[in-house]
Amino acid sequence: MYNKRTIIPGLAIFVLFVTFPLWFNAFSTASTVPKTELPPGGEKQCVASASEMRASHMALLNEWRDEVLRDGGRIAVTVNGKEYRKGLQMACMQCHTNKEKFCDSCHEYVSVTPYCWDCHLTPTAAAEKKETH
Amino acid sequence: MDKQRRKFLKIAGAAALAGISAPVVVKLTSSPALASSTGHGETPAHAAPADAHAATGHGVEEAPTGVRLGMLIDMRKLYGHPELLEKLAAVCHKVHNVPEIDGAKSEIKWLWDVPFENAFPEHSAYHASAITKENNYLVLCNQCDEPPCVRVCPTKATFKMPTTGVVAMDYHRCIGCRFCMMGCPYGARSFNWMDPRPYIKEYNADFPTRMRGVVEKCNFCSERLALGLEPACVEAVKDIGAIVFGDLNDPNSEIRRRLDQDHTIQRKPSLGTKPSVFYIV
Repeated sequence: MYNKRTIIPGLAIFVLFVTFPLWFNAFSTASTVPKTELPPGGEKQCVASASEMRASHMALLNEWRDEVLRDGGRIAVTVNGKEYRKGLQMACMQCHTNKEKFCDSCHEYVSVTPYCWDCHLTPTAAAEKKETH
Repeated sequence: MDKQRRKFLKIAGAAALAGISAPVVVKLTSSPALASSTGHGETPAHAAPADAHAATGHGVEEAPTGVRLGMLIDMRKLYGHPELLEKLAAVCHKVHNVPEIDGAKSEIKWLWDVPFENAFPEHSAYHASAITKENNYLVLCNQCDEPPCVRVCPTKATFKMPTTGVVAMDYHRCIGCRFCMMGCPYGARSFNWMDPRPYIKEYNADFPTRMRGVVEKCNFCSERLALGLEPACVEAVKDIGAIVFGDLNDPNSEIRRRLDQDHTIQRKPSLGTKPSVFYIV
């Protein structure tokens, strides 16, 4: 091989350069996948498995929304003997009481801004102006 | 070669003629009833109840189908009690996180009260009795059977719930065009000109608020009905029985019994909206 001494280091530098995003991310702490807060109340069970919820909670919420509002299907969902009323405020936030640590941590990471909270109350917001008597 | 070209042109000409005349032939041979029924522009599922009404003429009572929730307000029990009217509005607005905003333009109201001539402009107020003049009348969304707001909504954000006949709102779909406010002859709809949250005194944690830019109105307490409760206003004056709530299509319901028994009026009946809220005045 001609010019072995320049080609091999050159190749090495090229490979390092091309794979820069991979090893840079491996060592940097700029974007660690967020860890969501588990329910503070210690609930272990949800309406679906964790992986399913992680992947398609938005689809489930849309489904519930359409059932409740448009088809009048407000009957509670029962999973393993526990009853869940269909609704963000009425089901999800009952266990995941901290929207900032649960919802926001991931949503900020993946840069999505769902408009749920324009209308739906977070437990914090609801507690702000609670009945006092 | 020549022969083939000649044949080809003949076939092409015949095919073109058949193609052009086919729609005309189909139109002429199909029955007129079939031709007109396809022109409604509605999906069959949604068209079914509306067609039943459209088919009947004046003065003919159509056979009711399904549940149609309605309300009977016995004003005789509320006369001389403006505090009760106030209480009713307060209860309703608290349950549904309705903001308290001043000003005719910005105010949000689900349940409120107005003088007789505003509530019943079609009924004469000339030489009205002292009771009529002195009292305000409880008004709310009439949950019409023929809701004009639903007809004009471009996004189907407001629609008639097939299971209950309630004119419902899906705030997720509302784009805030306010056509429904133009359509509603009862002024039962309010627009959120600003974020309503600062104007809500106490939150009901089980019910959402609304956001800036959507229209809102009474929902006949659909969320309470789902839990087996009565609407908040009905419950609030339960002790004096001023409001009766039930299925207008069920001949054995209490509301039907009361409607059979007393003379009742509706708001602006001539508009043909078929309100589901009745009054004894």
